[in-house]
Amino acid sequence: MSTHLIVLPVVVPLVVGILLLFQRQGSVRLKRLVGVAATLALLLISIALVARAAGGEVTYYALGDWQPPFGIVLVLDRLSAMMVLLTSILALGAVVFACAGDDERGSNFHGLFQWQLMGINGAFLTGDLFNLFVFFEVLLLASYALLLHGGGKERIMSGVHYVVLNLAGSSLFLISVGMLYGATGTLNMADMAVRLSELPAEHEGLVVAGALMLLVVFGLKAAILPLYFWLPKAYAAAPAPVAALFAIMTKVGIYAILRVYSLVFGEAAGPLADLEQGWVWWLSLGTLAVATIGALAARDLRLLVAYLVLVSVGTLLAGIGIGTPAAVSALLYYLIHTTLVTGGLFLLAEMIGTQRGKAGTRLVKGQPLRQSGRLAVLFFAGAVAVAGMPPLSGAIGKTLLMATAEGAQRAWLWPILLLSGLAAIIALSRAGSTLFWRSTGSADGQRLPRRQWFGVAWLIGAAPLMVALAGPLVDYTDATAEQLAHPETLTGALLNNEGDAP
Amino acid sequence: MESLYAITTGVLTACGLYLVLRSRTFPVVVGLTLLSYAVNLFLFSMGGLTTDGAALINGVKEYADPLPQALVLTAIVIGFAMTAFVVILAMRARSEAGNDHVDGRKHEVGEGRR
Repeated sequence: MSTHLIVLPVVVPLVVGILLLFQRQGSVRLKRLVGVAATLALLLISIALVARAAGGEVTYYALGDWQPPFGIVLVLDRLSAMMVLLTSILALGAVVFACAGDDERGSNFHGLFQWQLMGINGAFLTGDLFNLFVFFEVLLLASYALLLHGGGKERIMSGVHYVVLNLAGSSLFLISVGMLYGATGTLNMADMAVRLSELPAEHEGLVVAGALMLLVVFGLKAAILPLYFWLPKAYAAAPAPVAALFAIMTKVGIYAILRVYSLVFGEAAGPLADLEQGWVWWLSLGTLAVATIGALAARDLRLLVAYLVLVSVGTLLAGIGIGTPAAVSALLYYLIHTTLVTGGLFLLAEMIGTQRGKAGTRLVKGQPLRQSGRLAVLFFAGAVAVAGMPPLSGAIGKTLLMATAEGAQRAWLWPILLLSGLAAIIALSRAGSTLFWRSTGSADGQRLPRRQWFGVAWLIGAAPLMVALAGPLVDYTDATAEQLAHPETLTGALLNNEGDAP
Repeated sequence: MESLYAITTGVLTACGLYLVLRSRTFPVVVGLTLLSYAVNLFLFSMGGLTTDGAALINGVKEYADPLPQALVLTAIVIGFAMTAFVVILAMRARSEAGNDHVDGRKHEVGEGRR
């Protein structure tokens, strides 16, 4: 059983999703029970995975027992274990929230939700460039359907943009994978890293072109500056639990950048090492600046949170742009924080919108909230965390990141990051005071179901928890960054049985 | 053969790209289809072009790389599913928005200059 543990985060959602198809018109209660139970099981599995990876050992699972570099492998190291755990924590909050009624606005929510999880987990675990593409497609196809869940003009129009852009991105992904395969003759990332170190000079241009095209693809997923225009509309239009789950989707792009460029184009790649860094650094600063302006200009709470997701993308990419192990560790801490908190804020926006009746989440005068006390506490906690004010986790993440910037990088990063924090505070306090204080009429909204409260509290509760557990967490992210800086442990673990062919 | 193959792929890509940038959904869908054809051709050639190569290595020097064929098959299946989805989505968008523009609204003539 324990040997098959690595493949379970992919297999469990797949099987559950298929089983849920049979109950597509079945009882709501059963579907919800199965969906939540599967997500809970995923949480337990990923905790076991983290416990296994924490020691620093890299283990892999060869599907069909075809050994690498020939077969398809799933690789478990500290980074992939952490990302899978993060996904399942976020998913549990989102799926419980959806059980309050969002799942019945369209058909087959829980099945699609499980398939989305399968795609995300697979993308985090795979050690093969082509399978990264396949899992990207799995998660995208599920996300298309989830984005349109419930229908409506807004969703469909933003869905068209999202789908077309991502299809074009997939074509680009295939082209760049093809180029890298043509130049190196392998698709296994660890094997590719080894072959790049002895690459003939005439193939160098091909590899550089392929690598930078991959950066465009991952940038589209992560929503870097010139490629982010689909994000705010799509995230603001998506149903709340889906938008919360989408908070991890930009991080899939960040993860892919981190993985591919640290493993394949690491120190060993010689002249090709770190070829993405210059690009990522400047684009991250641009993303931060533009997203900050967007957050200030947003006239709707959901749109505001979507722009805050973009701010976090810029911050995370700045960490990749600095590129030292300390910066990577800081960005991993910030990544956990921002995924959970922005996910929670999307859920909270939905709750606020429900109680405000016709005004919804738009930042205009509306009817007062019925349960404004509790909502305000959650909103305040989420806002403090996401803007990066002490004492919550955003401040720790940003401080860690800023401390790693040196020299000229410091001169650029500090002002932009701090100003974007200030702008986030302004935007959020303006939004909060409008939503909670500027109101007319009587509060006749419905009381909110307990499942929604659980979902939001589960995700926003991560912010104080991450402060309390900051020590062990930073130890783990430090070790993860250390492991990423030494990709030879991974390549060694995967390719050590070369020679004794079966 | 190589130059003919390269020109075919290039022309397909260029046509696909041009159509993707159009403002109505139907040309965009056709453009995406053309792009995926171009990508499939490209993938097929990435292991090098060989004629009459052996499919299995059996001591012979000339052999056809089997991996790109497997990858193309995967890419075709995924591309087919995506095309079907985007066609349905475009039809839904047409019925919801009342027109077939990708932005959901008709641009007036000369609007850009205003």
